[in-house]
Amino acid sequence: MLDLDFSFYNWAMISDFVLKGFYFSLVLTLIATLGGIVLGTLLALMRLSEKPFLVWPALVYVNGMRSIPLVMVILWFFLLVPLIIGQPIGAEISAVVTFIAFEAAYFSEIIRAGIQSIPRGQVMAGEALGMTYAQNMRLVVLPQAFRNMLPVMLTQTIILFQDTSLVYAIGAYDMLKGFETAGKLFGRPVEAYLLAAVVYFVICYSLSRLVRRLHQKIAIIR
Amino acid sequence: MIELKQVSKWYGAVQVLNDCSAQIHKGEVVVVCGPSGSGKSTLIKTINALEPIQQGEIWVDSIPLHDPKTNLPKLRSRVGMVFQHFELFPHLSVTENLTLAQVKVLGRSLDEAKKHGLEYLERVGLIAHKDKFPGQLSGGQQQRVAIARALSMDPIVMLFDEPTSALDPEMVGEVLDVMVSLAKEGMTMVVVTHEMGFARKVSNRVIFMDVGGRILEDCSRDEFFGNPDARQPRTREFLDKILHH
Repeated sequence: MLDLDFSFYNWAMISDFVLKGFYFSLVLTLIATLGGIVLGTLLALMRLSEKPFLVWPALVYVNGMRSIPLVMVILWFFLLVPLIIGQPIGAEISAVVTFIAFEAAYFSEIIRAGIQSIPRGQVMAGEALGMTYAQNMRLVVLPQAFRNMLPVMLTQTIILFQDTSLVYAIGAYDMLKGFETAGKLFGRPVEAYLLAAVVYFVICYSLSRLVRRLHQKIAIIR
Repeated sequence: MIELKQVSKWYGAVQVLNDCSAQIHKGEVVVVCGPSGSGKSTLIKTINALEPIQQGEIWVDSIPLHDPKTNLPKLRSRVGMVFQHFELFPHLSVTENLTLAQVKVLGRSLDEAKKHGLEYLERVGLIAHKDKFPGQLSGGQQQRVAIARALSMDPIVMLFDEPTSALDPEMVGEVLDVMVSLAKEGMTMVVVTHEMGFARKVSNRVIFMDVGGRILEDCSRDEFFGNPDARQPRTREFLDKILHH
């Protein structure tokens, strides 16, 4: 029978092993979300433009990124870029760059749908008042689009938080790695992975409950 | 002030404007009417280049719209436009709707823009609603705010694209009242509408368009309503249908 022993799980273990990893997962999530939204907005605007030389690179990039597993992108970047630039890059920097680049592709699709959800008449109204394309986007279209997109974006961020565990492939120290290290040290790997699952579940489930409540609140205002 | 010379426009293979020519002088109120699909909304949107044209020339205040070098945003800032579905910005308060373009496009200070915008809000009778959001107003109120927003830019001409078509019947009057008072003040107006009462009361000229985007009639109000025998058969048929109800 399963013989589980969770006695190694105490504050010392958390602060020694897990917190450092949790901190990295969190920072990676936040940076990748912000960077992904900025880059994703750019990609979305490129795809929605009428100029083929802007549409095509964005199209290839977004569809390319969305068609390969994240873990492969992480590995490629970590292994190939040092060969190109001739010096190694740390696992942390490598993870941050890769996640921004990867999430940008996903966020750009969310943002594109958000921009397209704004009625054509709103764009015309902005134009009719003499606003330039950039002003119209910044002041009329994007503020409304982001508001509509907020729940979907937060959901994507929750997925992103889970995906940060993939940095195991390049040996970065994230939350899962923290549990794993402790499990090995205390000879209790099964318990450590179980605990990790519980922690991920509690964090992500409560966040998605929050997003749902937010969604209802926004829905009422509109 | 506005001159259209042989304007044609196509959506793919479908021609929506066919050789349209017209002139609108300062202070004139011109009503554009016709059945749906006749291109009247498209025509009015070409006057501030919201709809590009493929053939012909459009001059607004001696500026050629058909010239690719023309600074369209700058020109549009001088042409007021009111839409069928109001198109207030739902994420901004009424006051912010009034000030946004004044500040960002005309470069006015926020105080100046507020003062100016609220004067017009007062004029359309909605000053009590200045801090509300568009979603909290009725359709008629939203359209009056939209008119105030366009007027705040001190336009040289006002374009109205079916301003009352999306309104509940009991709200049509309040919007028309504002438009009538504007017309009486001498504002140059181009109005796409089915409100023949408005056309009779305040317009100087009526342009009638038919399916296929052709201008069939362009004559004075008195001629249009007072001399049906001189009208084209198609125009008479249209007038019979909408006047006898």
